[in-house]
Amino acid sequence: MKQIAKTELDTLFAAITAEQKLYIPADDSAGQAQFTLWRPGLALSGRLNTARSAKDLFFPQVENLVGFRMHAGAIERVETREEPEDFVIFGVRACDCRSFSILDRVFLSEPVDTFYQMRRAHATVVTLACTRPEETCFCAAMGVDAADPAGDVTCWLEDGTLLWRANTEKGEALTEKLPMLRPCPADAADAQQARTRALMQKLPLAKLDLSAFGAGKTRALFDRPEWASLSEACLGCGTCTFVCPTCQCYDVEEFRDGSSVRRFRCWDSCMYSDFTKMSAGQPRPTQRERFRQRFLHKLVYFPENNDGVFGCVGCGRCLAKCPIHMNIVKVIKTLGVTHA
Amino acid sequence: MKQDPLIPEIGVVTDIRTDTPDVKTFRVVGLDGKKPFTHIPGQCAMLSVPGVGEALFSITSSPTQTEYLEFSIKKCGCVTDWLHAMEPGRQITIRGPYGNGFPVDTDFAGKDLLFIAGGIGLAPLHSVINYCRHYRSRYGAIDIVYGSRSMEDLVDYPEILNEWSREDGIRVHLTIDREQPEWDGHVGFVPNYVRELAPDTARTVVMCGPPVMIKFTLAALMDLGFDRTSIYTTMELRMKCALGKCGRCNIGTKYVCKDGPVFRFDQLDELPDEY
Repeated sequence: MKQIAKTELDTLFAAITAEQKLYIPADDSAGQAQFTLWRPGLALSGRLNTARSAKDLFFPQVENLVGFRMHAGAIERVETREEPEDFVIFGVRACDCRSFSILDRVFLSEPVDTFYQMRRAHATVVTLACTRPEETCFCAAMGVDAADPAGDVTCWLEDGTLLWRANTEKGEALTEKLPMLRPCPADAADAQQARTRALMQKLPLAKLDLSAFGAGKTRALFDRPEWASLSEACLGCGTCTFVCPTCQCYDVEEFRDGSSVRRFRCWDSCMYSDFTKMSAGQPRPTQRERFRQRFLHKLVYFPENNDGVFGCVGCGRCLAKCPIHMNIVKVIKTLGVTHA
Repeated sequence: MKQDPLIPEIGVVTDIRTDTPDVKTFRVVGLDGKKPFTHIPGQCAMLSVPGVGEALFSITSSPTQTEYLEFSIKKCGCVTDWLHAMEPGRQITIRGPYGNGFPVDTDFAGKDLLFIAGGIGLAPLHSVINYCRHYRSRYGAIDIVYGSRSMEDLVDYPEILNEWSREDGIRVHLTIDREQPEWDGHVGFVPNYVRELAPDTARTVVMCGPPVMIKFTLAALMDLGFDRTSIYTTMELRMKCALGKCGRCNIGTKYVCKDGPVFRFDQLDELPDEY
């Protein structure tokens, strides 16, 4: 375990930036925290979490896949991939860090998505333990320990001191380059962890019952009549998927400029009406089916295909952002009541 | 770094055959003039016209065709409109093969087979049928029930008449929806024709066609006493990646692109009714 005074964070960030890019949560002009490229003077946000999740750094909203140049019926393929520099993401919360392992299961399973893999390989993830969880937090119900997040390095901010613990080889390598970090007792974070864990237990959503969900529950949940009322007010706006750290559905589209074509992928949403629309038909014709797909994917299909791991990390962003105040917690509470 | 599976190869369309008023068959080779890849009957490939879009098509040719891949494609959207308007010699992009394919060397081996197709649904079965013809001794009797709206809409009609119908051990049963002056064959819908033919329930059935045909033919097969574990079909849902990652072709926990497109009906029974 190492430590540094909070007043020296600028020195720490400057030292990291000497070797690689650094992203930290910083407040934007609208007062929302966003992962922002660090520059001298950029202050660490005091907010609990970023408005957008950290997935952007591995799975950007839009990314070029390949280009084509067309001439006289022939096609020339043009490489558009740009190898990123090494980078550090500082201040990732436990929930978002868990989301990386969920995205890994999608993108790093065969056949490997090399665009995602490339960014993961270049990144060092420095997490920051939570001390003041919000009422919308339910990470504990998803098995996430906000007091001891994973990552290459775990940090705790405590009384003007930043505690620093390297967890992986990447984390050790970064730590070695930062001599301003001074040794401190291994149990320095223990008191804070105990306080945070006690606080987590008191949150309104801490005891969310997930026993009705998980592998093998499709049959029990698919035809439940409650889907109609749950989805009734859904606007299909896709905000929940946009802010969700684990939503990973994407579209592949093209931009044509004269004789050159750029093929790119961009985030998509199962909440959109044309997501599954084909010339031959539409398997999810109304918002009810789209809504059901989103939640059954996170709560049943994903765990069934991924060793029981839920496709939700309990970050609470969808609770805060949905314009009609619908969210995964309401779905869990409504459908979690089993009818005999 | 290894090339990403989303990045396609360039292919050349060397021949375009007009099968019906809205179906053409495209012959595709790589830039080196060779078959782009080997496949299993029932597998698919992503074809694209850069600037127009990319879409998934079943591979119509048999793996035993060593020189090229063929795709029978119905004109029904942006990419297919463009393909239908193109001239031979043009280049497209291709990636694949995708999906599980039919169990031609395992479950089908030694079995009497019944193929049931409607319209463009013959396309994926075409690959299996020609594979079975190539390795004829590995399979028992083969019956093919194929129907379409009209005589003109029968895909691969010359090949069916001149090759399939003339082979020992293969019986072809064609039907069209409505009477036509020049047609002396069966008239009526596929499900009813299957009832009339009353095939032996020991047959392994391979079925593909429009959803309404599948629905009523399945009901007919059930009434005749067939077991759902011996009836196979191939599914089609919208796809972007074909790699199980873009998230749109799932039926419950299964992704049509990688867990399918071939399913047995007892396997489909386990999935939610959302296809």
